[in-house]
Amino acid sequence: MTKSSFSNIQSEYLALVDHNKCVRCKRCIQNCGWGVYSFGGDRIISDHNKCVACGRCYTYCPEGAISIVKNPTVVRENANWKDGLMKDIWRQSETGGILISGMGTTFKYKKYFDHVLLDACQVTNPSIDPLREPMELRTYLGKKPSKLDIEFDKNDEPILKTKMPPQIELQTPFVFGAMSYGSISLNAQKAMALAARALGIIMNTGEGGLHDDLVPFGKNIIVQVASGRFGVHRDYLNSGIAVEIKIGQGAKPGIGGHLPGEKIGVDISKTRMIPVGTDAISPAPHHDIYSIEDLRQLIFAIKEATDYEKPISVKVAAVHNIAAIVSGIVRAGADIVYIDGYSGGTGAAPNIIKNHVGIPIELALAQVDERLRNEGIRNEASIIAAGSIRSSADAIKAIALGADAVAIGTAALVVMGCHVCGKCNTGNCSWGITTQRPELVRRLDPEVYGEKLYNLISAWSHEIQEVLGAMGVNSIESLRGSRERLRGVELTDTELKVLGIKHAGF
Amino acid sequence: MLKLKNEFSLERDISGCGLCGIINSKKIKTNGSDIKKAISIEHDRGNGLGGGFAVYGNYPDYAELYAFHIMYDNLSAKKDVEEYLKNNFIIEKEEPIPTFKTSKIYDHPYLHRYFIKPKSDRQDKLFHELGDDDFVVNSVMLINQNYNGAYVFSSGKNMGAFKGVGYPEDIADFYKLEEIEGYMWTAHNRFPTNTPGWWGGAHPFTLLDWSVVHNGEISSYGINKRYLEMYKYNLSLKTDTEVITYILDLLIRKHGLPIRLAVTVLASPFYHNIDKMDKNKKELLIALRQIYGSALLNGPFAIVFSYSNGMIAMNDRIKLRPLIAATMGHFTYVASEEAAIRAVCPSPDSVWSPKAGEPVMVEFEEPMLQKGGLVSL
Repeated sequence: MTKSSFSNIQSEYLALVDHNKCVRCKRCIQNCGWGVYSFGGDRIISDHNKCVACGRCYTYCPEGAISIVKNPTVVRENANWKDGLMKDIWRQSETGGILISGMGTTFKYKKYFDHVLLDACQVTNPSIDPLREPMELRTYLGKKPSKLDIEFDKNDEPILKTKMPPQIELQTPFVFGAMSYGSISLNAQKAMALAARALGIIMNTGEGGLHDDLVPFGKNIIVQVASGRFGVHRDYLNSGIAVEIKIGQGAKPGIGGHLPGEKIGVDISKTRMIPVGTDAISPAPHHDIYSIEDLRQLIFAIKEATDYEKPISVKVAAVHNIAAIVSGIVRAGADIVYIDGYSGGTGAAPNIIKNHVGIPIELALAQVDERLRNEGIRNEASIIAAGSIRSSADAIKAIALGADAVAIGTAALVVMGCHVCGKCNTGNCSWGITTQRPELVRRLDPEVYGEKLYNLISAWSHEIQEVLGAMGVNSIESLRGSRERLRGVELTDTELKVLGIKHAGF
Repeated sequence: MLKLKNEFSLERDISGCGLCGIINSKKIKTNGSDIKKAISIEHDRGNGLGGGFAVYGNYPDYAELYAFHIMYDNLSAKKDVEEYLKNNFIIEKEEPIPTFKTSKIYDHPYLHRYFIKPKSDRQDKLFHELGDDDFVVNSVMLINQNYNGAYVFSSGKNMGAFKGVGYPEDIADFYKLEEIEGYMWTAHNRFPTNTPGWWGGAHPFTLLDWSVVHNGEISSYGINKRYLEMYKYNLSLKTDTEVITYILDLLIRKHGLPIRLAVTVLASPFYHNIDKMDKNKKELLIALRQIYGSALLNGPFAIVFSYSNGMIAMNDRIKLRPLIAATMGHFTYVASEEAAIRAVCPSPDSVWSPKAGEPVMVEFEEPMLQKGGLVSL
C-alpha cells in the first residue's frame, strides 16, 4: 500500500514557543524525547505532529517560554462520531495495524471509588487522634492458618506450635506494581527499590528478570515469572522475598506482551537471558498452564525450588468471572492473589483490549473477598488490589472492600514525572521512565525520585492513619474488609449489591 | 407485640452503658441485693431502655442440664419452639420464670425456662456428629433466627440471664433477684441510642456458659461480623455484645486458645510493644495478630465476661471506656464507676484502674488474682 503524503490526522497538541521570552538555550531540544524541537538558525522551531504533551519541555524551560495547547483546529463535532474514533479509522486505514498505546484505558468508565464514601465517629464512639495515639498500618501478606495451635513450655508459658507459612511484612499496605526492566528503565526500577527499602514495603520486578544492581534489594522485591519466563532461574527465584506468577494484567487481560528487539540492549539481554536485538515475546497463556491444575503444579514447582520459604503470588486481571477464578487460584495453593483492574497501566497494549476488556477493580475485589469468605478460605491467601489506585482514598476504600494491600504503578511513575501521555510503547519517554535510550534514562536520578516515592507513600500512609483515627480504630486490620464503614452514592441497587455496601443514608 | 429481635436498625444497635461484676473465688454464694445496689448507683449510665443480670451457681439442682431462658411475645411461638425442644431435647423441667409485677416493668413478654439436655437419638445425628454444646449453639441460633416471636436469652448450665426493658434496679425487682443466690454476678445498665423497648437487646448476652456485659461501641464491628460469618456464626441481633460473645466462643471453645491468649486477640498489644518482647513471645503474639487480626475489637469498650470457671474484665487497647476493679477477701468487684463498688464494699483491700488491654482475670478455686494481662502470659 502506498502511503499518502497527506494525513487526515492533525496534530493533537501545539508546542508554542514565545520567541520574545525564549533565550535560545536549546534546553527544550535536549529534553524532548520526541524530537519536537529543532533550531532554525535564529529561533526554536516546533514540529507539532510529534508532540505528545508529556510536559517535559515546559517543566525544564528556564524562561517559561513554552506552552503546550490542545490543537484548536476542530474535527467537526459529532456526539456519535467522536474525533478519536475518526482518527483511529484514519490511522488504521493508513497502516493496516492494530492500534497500540501505553498506560491504562483513556475511556471514561464509571469510577466506583468516586462513588463510595467513608464513615467517621460521632459521640457514641470516640475518634482517635493519630498524632497522639499509635496508629498501626503494618500488614502481613501470605497464607494464614485458620487457627493457631499452642503448646506450653516447662514454665507453663504458651508457645507457638503452628509453623507459620512465610509472610511478607509491609510497614504500610502499599506495594509497587509489577513493571519490568525493559518496559521501564533500570533507573526507574532503582528509584522504586530505594523507596521500597526505606519504607519497608516491596517492589515487583515484572517479567523482565532481576538486574544485578537490584540483587541487594532482594528483601524488598517480588520476582515475577511470566509466560515468557525471561530471566527466570533458580537463583532468581530465591533472590526476592516472594515469587509472583503473572497470568494476566488489567490493561490487557488474555494477551501476552511484546518488547521489540530494538529495546533489547546488552543489559536487558543479560537480565532477560535472551540475545541482544531479539524481540522478547511473552505468549498469551503460559504454555505449561492450560488449566487450574497446571497452575497448581507451577505454584508447587516454584515452592519446591524455593524450599517453601517464599510466598507465591498469582497475578490475574479482573475479568467477568473473577470470583470463581480467584477461588480456584487460592485452592491451587497461591499465598497471595494480585488482582489487577481494567484501568491498570501497561507499557504497551492494543487499544481494543485496553479499552474494552476486563472489569473495574472495585467490583472484582468486592466479589472476590465475599466469595472467599463464603467458601471459608479468605485466610488462605492475601489479596493485593491494583488497577489505577490514584490516591490514599482509593487505597482506603480498596482495603475496606477487602484488600490486604494495594499496588501502585502509574502513580509511582507520575512521581517520576510521568504525565500519563500514553506513549510508553514508543520508547521515547522524555522523563527517562519508559525508555532505554541512555541519554533519556540518565536524567532519571534514582535517589532523587526514590525520595519522592518515599514521600508519596509516607504522605498516603499518614492520610490512612488520619482516616483510621476518624473511624475510631487504630489498626489497619480493623478496616480491612469492614464494608460497614462504606456507603455508596449515585449507585444502583445492583452496583451496591455487587460492592456489598449500603447506600448513603442507611 | 413486644420486640424480641432486632428489627429496628438495618445493620446494628448502638448503645452506651454501665456495668458491674461481683465474683467470689471460693464460690461462696450471695443473693442479688449487692449487685442490684451496685448497678443502681450507675443509674444515670442508662436510660431505662435495658437492664439485665447474669448469675452463676443459681441452679445447683439442675447443674448438669442446659437452662434455657426463652422470651415469647405470643403463645403460638411458644408452642412452635416447644415442639422443636421436645423433638430434640429431654426436658427435665419447665416453668415460667418467677417474676414480680412492678409498676415500673409494665409490659413484658412471656418468660419461660426449660432444664434440658439434647437427646442422644436426635434427628440431626443422621447427618453429623455434633457434640452437645455445638448442638445447643445451633439450636439457639435456629430458634433466634427462624422462630418469630421467640428468643433464647440464656442457654448455659447452672447459670442464667435475667434481663429486660427498664432500669436494672427495676429489672432486679421484677425477676426477684434477692431470692436468687449465686457466686458470680454481672449487671448491665443500657443506654441505647436507636432501639427503644427491645427486650432481646438488653445485656447480658449469653451463649452456653458465656455471658457478656459490655459498655462500648466496637468500631471494627463490620469486619468482626464478616469474620465470624466465615465460621458460620449467624449474627441475628446485630449488637456488639453478640460479636464479642461469638469471638470468644470461636477462640476458646472452637479453636482451643487459652483464655489469657484469647484476650490478647480482643485487645492485642501494639506492634511497637510486641517487637520488644523476647523471641518466643514475639513470634506467638505476631502470629496471633496475623491470624486473628479480623477478631481484634477496635474502638471503645469495657467488658465483663463470665464463664463457668471465672470472670474476666477488660478494656480496649487504649482504654476508651471506664473500668475499675477492687478486691476484698475472696471477692473481686469490677464496675464502670468506683462509687458502685464502694456502695457494696466501702473499704476494699485494693482498688485499681486496670490498664488498657490488660485483663483482670479471676478463676474459681485459685484465689490468686492475676493482675494485668501480659505479666501472666
